[in-house]
Amino acid sequence: MWKWLHPYSNPQTTYNLCGTLTPWFAGISAILLTIGLAMSLVFSPPDYQQGESVRIFYIHVPSAMLSMGIYLGMAISALCALVWQMKLTETSIAAMAPVGATFTAIALFTGAAWGKPMWGTWWVWDARLTSELILLFLYLGVIALHNAFEDKELAGKAASVLALVGVINLPIIHYSVEWWNTLHQGATISKFDKPSMSTDMLIPFAISFFGFAFMVASLICIRFKAEIIARNSMRPWVKALAMEKEAN
Amino acid sequence: MNPRRKKRLTVISSILAGVSVVAGLSLYALSQNIDLFFTPSEVIQGKADSGLTPKVGQRIRVGGLVVPGTVKRDPDNLKVQFQLVDTGPLITVKYDGILPDLFREGQGIVAQGTLTEFDTIEASEVLAKHDEEYMPKEIAEAVGKHHVKPTY
Repeated sequence: MWKWLHPYSNPQTTYNLCGTLTPWFAGISAILLTIGLAMSLVFSPPDYQQGESVRIFYIHVPSAMLSMGIYLGMAISALCALVWQMKLTETSIAAMAPVGATFTAIALFTGAAWGKPMWGTWWVWDARLTSELILLFLYLGVIALHNAFEDKELAGKAASVLALVGVINLPIIHYSVEWWNTLHQGATISKFDKPSMSTDMLIPFAISFFGFAFMVASLICIRFKAEIIARNSMRPWVKALAMEKEAN
Repeated sequence: MNPRRKKRLTVISSILAGVSVVAGLSLYALSQNIDLFFTPSEVIQGKADSGLTPKVGQRIRVGGLVVPGTVKRDPDNLKVQFQLVDTGPLITVKYDGILPDLFREGQGIVAQGTLTEFDTIEASEVLAKHDEEYMPKEIAEAVGKHHVKPTY
């Protein structure tokens, strides 16, 4: 595996890989999101209890799941950054954090918009909502630490430590609805049982979830490319790339 | 793995383990305070582990199911009264305000307010709790779940 991975510790190879992957991810995401969102927001049946309001589910749940998924990716990168001290892993944390923060914010806002008509309140300090808010603060902390130091290496290390320690919040978010009494309902999708959702609602959900997932992948690739360029601006291959762009 | 990386990995995993133990213990210590609400049996009989009961006059949240047939509305104003249950004793909730859309008999409800008697709460806010099951109306009817909006 190391032999296969080794070339990607070179920024240029990874930059090129991201360049080739981005249009694929973006294309797949556009197709899946068009089908998925049309199915879920227009054609899927309304819920027996919540009526049309249930459609917020199709945006709220994917963004909440992805906000945690991106954090897990960031934490794994942080572990690699601290143990193997590869520069690119630190770069990837800087690339992932803003995307994750955005999806956490989307999950919180759509959750509030769903909570008002269904529960009767925008916000309540229960364990699920509070731990998701802490996740947003962790993301913001990682972003802030990356920008707080002149020295990129020191910044990368500080941000990695925070990203890695913050991973403890992930099981807390996931199990908060089981460990404590909360206003938030339990898990519908991410549990070992069969998802407690009827099939004609589950399929639109799955399609839009993968649409959002590929969107995240393409956004991270784009951001990763930008971060690689910014950190290697003195390298000849980046200069050559800039010259090439200018010539066109 | 070379020795330096191995050392870094051990240091980092022990730090991570330490932090998770700290987080776990503090959450365990705080577990009662993190609960959003008391259940009706906890209000009467006390919390299962500590036996702690809320005092009369204390502001608390109570969460339970609305007992069918106990919803009484005042015809002249917004005052409403109903009972909540989980597994044992009943708690009476008095509320003056607009109930959430999902409020139904048998529905999970979280009421926040002041405990005026040992089993009565004067609520200032009533929130509806829904479960994690979603299905269209036809399927709900087929499996015998009816959710008809009450008409008073």
